[in-house]
Amino acid sequence: MILSVKELREIAKTIRINVVNALLNAGSGHLGGSLGLTDIFTALYFHELKYDPKNPKWEQRDRFVLSIGHVAPVLYATLAQAGYFSTSELSSLRKLGSMLQGHPAISHNVPGLETTAGSLGQGLSIAVGMALAAKHQKAGHRIFSILGDGELQEGSVWEAAMAAGHYKLDNLRVIVDRNRVQIDGSTEDVMGVEPLVDKWKAFNWNVLECNGNDMSDILKILNEARELEGKPVVIIAHTKMGAGVPEIEGDYKWHGKAPNKEQANSFIKQIKGV
Amino acid sequence: MEKRDNIPTRVGFGKGVKEAASRNEKVIGLGADITGSVNMNFFADAFPDRFYSLGIAEQNITGVAAGWALEGFIPVMATYGVFAAMRNTDQIRISLCYNNVHAIIGGAHAGISVGPDGATHQALEDIAIMRSLPNMTVLSPCDATQAEQAVQAAIEEINGPVYIRFGREAVPDFIPKGMNFEIGKGQTLIEGNDLTIIATGHMVWEALQAAELLRKEHINARVLNLHTIKPIDKKAIIKASTETGAIITAEEHQIMGGMGSAVAEILVSEAPCAVEFVGVKDTFGESGQPEELMEKYQLTAKYIVKAAYKALEKKNNERIN
Ligand SMILES: [Mg+2]
Repeated sequence: MILSVKELREIAKTIRINVVNALLNAGSGHLGGSLGLTDIFTALYFHELKYDPKNPKWEQRDRFVLSIGHVAPVLYATLAQAGYFSTSELSSLRKLGSMLQGHPAISHNVPGLETTAGSLGQGLSIAVGMALAAKHQKAGHRIFSILGDGELQEGSVWEAAMAAGHYKLDNLRVIVDRNRVQIDGSTEDVMGVEPLVDKWKAFNWNVLECNGNDMSDILKILNEARELEGKPVVIIAHTKMGAGVPEIEGDYKWHGKAPNKEQANSFIKQIKGV
Repeated sequence: MEKRDNIPTRVGFGKGVKEAASRNEKVIGLGADITGSVNMNFFADAFPDRFYSLGIAEQNITGVAAGWALEGFIPVMATYGVFAAMRNTDQIRISLCYNNVHAIIGGAHAGISVGPDGATHQALEDIAIMRSLPNMTVLSPCDATQAEQAVQAAIEEINGPVYIRFGREAVPDFIPKGMNFEIGKGQTLIEGNDLTIIATGHMVWEALQAAELLRKEHINARVLNLHTIKPIDKKAIIKASTETGAIITAEEHQIMGGMGSAVAEILVSEAPCAVEFVGVKDTFGESGQPEELMEKYQLTAKYIVKAAYKALEKKNNERIN
């Protein structure tokens, strides 16, 4: 079933509301990045990825490797929305005994979760291993991964990028969450990552860019990426931290914060657009 | 025990990987540029289409190993222990151990006997770090024959991350062919009731020589080969304490946090006795011939004997008190 841009936007709204509520319940967590990536998660899970929530280990599924583990809330809310588990689980986020750890952990048996994440700079290497394994078996599935832009300051990311370029892993699609902020402020002040397009090109990747908060632009670029061969693909997705909630859009102070009750109500109203 | 020959333990590792790989096509080799030096060339030559070179990038290799393992393969990565356990510790901790995937890390050139390359290349802290990681199995075979068995067991009998440590130099190969190897179960190589030398890796041969020297002085030393540091053989350690009352640990590793510390953790809470540690004393190594370094850093049979006398004295004093 192919969903329209309008339908996808509605799904994104629901996921955003679930993220806000989950963080309200948890009392801590990363709101800004989760909201900024919601449109991309929605496009991946409701347009691009092949998977079966009733059979999470289905061999031909596309693999999704979250590398920036701190946006766990949007991953969980998306997996729930996709049918891997009940959305009511989201209220247990970050609580003792919950499968929804502060950073995703496969030791806690989250259906649909491919790997543990949380220490930055490790996901791309895992994705490269999975992409090599897929090629080795001549399997047709693809491997997707989301990295943060601050995360690109970790050197191991570039070791992995070099390996992916070397092995021409065109079954690998990476999305960089280019929100231009990190905990200490602007990425370009903390430790500049530009020129980003040139860097990935120099590592022998195909590089695409999109507005990561514009559903039709995201779909366009994912469709374009599907046609590319011979090299791994990176999509630099320009996003806004806190996207969908005008009051906090672009504000890095919401990187690692959870809303209180009043803020949550206000944010949800803003998401609904009322 | 008689030695048959001098063979580097890394040769045993390389042979074992190849043998296990010949029985299981899921075994994958990941290269870190020093393939020949860690004897992964045996595997790479036999199974070139299952060997992936990843260059000098230990952090990435470790994550890539996790990716393969999550897909149901059994990746084997090997490089010098200083890099295999320490350059990439966070990747080992999260991508391998927290994910609890079956991957084999070979840590070559362990200990001070690496020799002329000097301190940068002498792994002396790897046991301490690897054994503190949840889900990790830590193996330290004593000779080439045992290294060959150990890595096969790691591939075929374990279902989580394994760190296996081996050396550079040709050392005595003495474990009887066909001797049973069981992960987690120490081997009593010599029986004795006056004291126990618990040794691991290359130091097991030194322990056997020390036991020989002690026998001439009418002291019957038991020699326990602790080839598995984690999970540790609690039973054998407690038995050694209660039956012999004095324990000397011997390892080519820092005393701090190493095999001796692991043994002491058991002894202190379960069966206290007189203990002495033979190992590297909170210092870096240096360049030199292996045998010169083993002497300078007090890692030979002679120093195990010295430690044995100290432990015996403590044991006897405790009796008088
Ligand atoms: Mg950022």
